[in-house]
Amino acid sequence: MTIGVLALQGAFEEHMRMLHRLGADAFEIRKRGDLDRAFDGLILPGGESTVIGSLLRELQMMESLSEAVKNGLPVLGTCAGLILLAKEIEASEESYLGTMDISVVRNGYGRQLGSSEKRALFLGKEIEMRFIRAPYIKEAAATVSILATVDHKIVAAQQGNQLVTAFHPELTDDFTVHRHFLDIIRKSR
Amino acid sequence: MINERYQLNKELAQMLKGGVIMDVTTPEQAIIAEKAGACAVMALERIPADIRIAGGVSRMSDPKMIKGIQAAVSIPVMAKCRIGHFAEAQILEAVEIDYIDESEVLSPADDLYHIDKSKFKVPFVCGAKNLGEALRRINEGAAMIRTKGEPGTGDIVQAVRHMRLIQSEIGKIASLREDELFHAAKELEVPYDLIVYVHENGKLPVVNFAAGGVATPADAALMMQLGAEGVFVGSGIFKSGNPEKRAQAIVKAVTNYNDAKILAALSEDLGEAMVGVNEDEIELLMAERGK
Repeated sequence: MTIGVLALQGAFEEHMRMLHRLGADAFEIRKRGDLDRAFDGLILPGGESTVIGSLLRELQMMESLSEAVKNGLPVLGTCAGLILLAKEIEASEESYLGTMDISVVRNGYGRQLGSSEKRALFLGKEIEMRFIRAPYIKEAAATVSILATVDHKIVAAQQGNQLVTAFHPELTDDFTVHRHFLDIIRKSR
Repeated sequence: MINERYQLNKELAQMLKGGVIMDVTTPEQAIIAEKAGACAVMALERIPADIRIAGGVSRMSDPKMIKGIQAAVSIPVMAKCRIGHFAEAQILEAVEIDYIDESEVLSPADDLYHIDKSKFKVPFVCGAKNLGEALRRINEGAAMIRTKGEPGTGDIVQAVRHMRLIQSEIGKIASLREDELFHAAKELEVPYDLIVYVHENGKLPVVNFAAGGVATPADAALMMQLGAEGVFVGSGIFKSGNPEKRAQAIVKAVTNYNDAKILAALSEDLGEAMVGVNEDEIELLMAERGK
């Protein structure tokens, strides 16, 4: 199993480390040519969604990735990655990959002083959730399963092979979210 | 709670990695920077090159101006306070700034003490030109480090010197025997536990960016190849002929810093770079402020 980690900006190294610890092969996607390699899953890391979004466009990777996700390529988006996958972004005209039927609120908890650490249930298991200037999901279509809510806000969800979290599992030592993602990939093959 | 906050603050810096933080003086510039792909902006009244020209005492920016920039963009907004000026830092925290740069670019307010940054909830980034300075700032509570470079000059030589020195000192600490670490802590005038961290991990405990003198995509790529985890660009963008294009090119250069073909394409036709001043033509060495 090989996973491509989008490495345009942000905390991609942390995901790479997580995948290596789980024994999955991973490589960094930095330019269009990297998409020619075969991979079974894609990770969109945390970082700044405006930066990663504009680089996806500038480096001409947006359409092929969006197409691949629409065709069932399993994808995990954390924080900025969640924003990249959302069909709608509150108070913004634009969307990026726009493959998931959710609407999200960027910086949903305000500025850095609103960043926090919580413990809550993800698919029935209590895990550590680290929210860094995090977004949340305001609305989700009926075909989207809600995997976690914190303070009445949706912070993790899944639609088909697309998995998103508003928090950063890659900053913890808990493998629950990444294991779930690897399961999605296994089932999709 | 304080430790938890510090952890979250270090993690915000992790999210900025592989990105470019740009100096801006107006909401319009902030929007240009965000569109060009800045991962954060530094709000200040005058960019370093103009601070050099203007001379005199340079202070924290007007909070109203900072708020205008906060309202204009969704990316994190940073602002500078003077070294040791904890009241300026309190004011910046009150306007909910995302990161405070305790910066040698402004006139130092205290020639002995830096701010006790562990007393704040908002994160701090501090400059360092060697490992000792970096670890002392981290011990005071800095959640991110940058080289000092020589701001406002467009001359990369000092940032290179600082980055090389920090990296080679890290390498040296990592290669020491365990019983030599006590002496190393004494020599560098830093706490033993931070030396142990560097020895075990071969890196600083926080994210380390390059700053000072970055003016071209090649400068940014150079700093990334030398081990920077991202770059600050101050005067280099809005003192150049075509800020938008140059900003975009530097952002892409940081992502593909190892790909010379992409860098060559990015470096084409960027218009005039900032003129710059050579190190030996400078009267005021800002990097010497605060040790």
